[in-house]
Amino acid sequence: MRLLIVEDDREAADYLIKAFREVGHVAEHAADGEDGLALAEDGRYDVLVVDRMLPKRDGLSLISTLRARGVETPALILSALGQVDDRIKGLRAGGDDYLPKPYSFAELLARVEVLARRRGGRSEETVYRTADLELDRMSREVRRGKEKILLQPREFRLLEYLMKHAGQVVTRTMLLENVWDYHFDPQTNVIDVHISRLRSKIDKGFSQPLLHTVRGAGYMIRDSAR
Amino acid sequence: MTALGKLIRTTTFKLTIVYLTVFSLFAAFLLGYFAWNTRRLFTQQINATVDAEVNGLSEQYRSGGIRRLVQVIESRSAQPGSSLYLVTTPAGEGLAGNVGYLPTGTLEKPGWSETEYRRHDDPTSSHHALVRVFQLPGGFRMLVGRDLEDREKVHNIVISAGRWSVALVVVLGLAGGFFVTRRVLRRVDAMTATTRTIVEGDLSGRLFVAGTGDELDRLAENLNAMLERIEGLMRGLQEVSDNIAHDLKTPLTRMRNRAEEALRAAKTEADYRAALERTIEESDALMRTFNALLMIARAESGHARDDMADFDAAEVARGIAELYEPLAEEKGLDLKVEVPEPITVRGNRELVSQALSNLVDNAVKYAVPDGTEGTIVVTAQTEGSRALLTVSDNGPGVPETDRPRVVERFVRLERSRSQPGSGLGLSLVAAVARLHGGELVLTDNYPGLKAVIALPRGGPVQSLG
Repeated sequence: MRLLIVEDDREAADYLIKAFREVGHVAEHAADGEDGLALAEDGRYDVLVVDRMLPKRDGLSLISTLRARGVETPALILSALGQVDDRIKGLRAGGDDYLPKPYSFAELLARVEVLARRRGGRSEETVYRTADLELDRMSREVRRGKEKILLQPREFRLLEYLMKHAGQVVTRTMLLENVWDYHFDPQTNVIDVHISRLRSKIDKGFSQPLLHTVRGAGYMIRDSAR
Repeated sequence: MTALGKLIRTTTFKLTIVYLTVFSLFAAFLLGYFAWNTRRLFTQQINATVDAEVNGLSEQYRSGGIRRLVQVIESRSAQPGSSLYLVTTPAGEGLAGNVGYLPTGTLEKPGWSETEYRRHDDPTSSHHALVRVFQLPGGFRMLVGRDLEDREKVHNIVISAGRWSVALVVVLGLAGGFFVTRRVLRRVDAMTATTRTIVEGDLSGRLFVAGTGDELDRLAENLNAMLERIEGLMRGLQEVSDNIAHDLKTPLTRMRNRAEEALRAAKTEADYRAALERTIEESDALMRTFNALLMIARAESGHARDDMADFDAAEVARGIAELYEPLAEEKGLDLKVEVPEPITVRGNRELVSQALSNLVDNAVKYAVPDGTEGTIVVTAQTEGSRALLTVSDNGPGVPETDRPRVVERFVRLERSRSQPGSGLGLSLVAAVARLHGGELVLTDNYPGLKAVIALPRGGPVQSLG
């Protein structure tokens, strides 16, 4: 995956470039909004990671200019302003995701990978399959092998999101945002309990577990046999 | 700036000057008109008198000839306060009359004219007169006129009266202007002095309200209300920074100690890893506290009022209950939700959800698993124009005396210190309620705690203008 990181803080940018390279991605860097715009414009990146506050041209203007010029590269906005209205402003400007600072690298990586895969991703399919687990988005039926699994509506949406991003790490905040549409941080980790409930329904009694916990990051639906 | 300079620069004084100018011009115009009119009246009267005499004398001349005319004129000239008369031969020699001297040529042109003259009986002083020269048949000329002294006297009186009154108006007006301006200026100066002390940092100062209900009072009252609000916000800020200093320093110190400890004592890579992981966990917790503080500050500043929209409070209650239901079940608690009907409320759905989630989180966290059936009930209902989001539990509750205190930032009761949490949960709930123009009410649930977020359904009413 090719990434462009537009960030004026040299140290933060170096850290990100190094961390992305360690997990096998190519990351390039622009130190201000104008450079970022020039580099991003030819569209050879899979994802843009754009700081909100930048010299010369701020992050929101960079993204809205790109969108106006027809460049649809997914963009994630990083910002020290983590409030609800700031996030809405960021998404309105054409950003695809918003992450308040400070973030964990695991969270950023998970979101960037989801954004990169979104192009031509699974969203068009009506049936998601991972190993012998099958989720039909039309009939809203879930099967594991021959066995039909009954899920609550929210559990269905949780599994749907996880399977849509099968093979990718999905963080707790991503689940809270996308499955529940909450953008705040509940004091207790309520998501874990929902996951363990779901796990007991889809994995219990089967030899191969599909719903995995990724330590320090989140969860993943994965066919571990492959 | 001198006191006078300051006075002159005020709006009141400038207005006074404008009014004064307009008024003086008007007065001058009025008096001028009066003077001109009296003069005209006088002249008319003289004209009429002279015309009548000329007619009478012409009559005499026609009936008795020049001799008779001279006789009549001699007798009239002798009377006190008489008009002016002069009859001359065609050659210009005086035959009769009381006029001694006239500028040459006066008699040449018949009709009306103003001229100087001297009397026979007082040849030294020259006077002004309005005269009519009349050509008699036979070449004789007759001049009849009236002295203009009376007219000039009256005219002068009117003019000088006019001057004096305009001068008086100007003086009185200026004095009044100064007086009024001084009065206003004194109050404005007092206000300025008060605001200056406030600017210098003493936020407890308030502007003086005279109690007359005038425009300055209204201004002072509004400014005072504004100061009240600013002082409240500043107090909040002060508290936050005090609390940040106190409550963030403790975990920061702990974090630092742990890192030092690891540097000093850790031997294996696993030791280092464990220490680093705990450091990250602690910094995350710190960040959460910090975010909550920021959020409260923002809610209290009224900032988030910009993005309020209609949302369904019943849906929020259902959503949060659903989010926490598995957690409650895991703890052996029964979480019920009672929402009879949709309740439209104007506000920030996200913040209200977060507030309600804090209440449910507390209820789950502090429920005692002592074997008795723990129950948490989340309800959404309307009461008049308000929507009530209620979370009731049958846990240990909060003693009545502690209830006002637990809403304050970072206040954690002795019992709760063992539980994880920042001590900001209820402060945030209260701040969100206030942002919406509502309140957080904590009451007894016999046993347990009943927490109610009461929100006006129409959204906050802007209190200041």
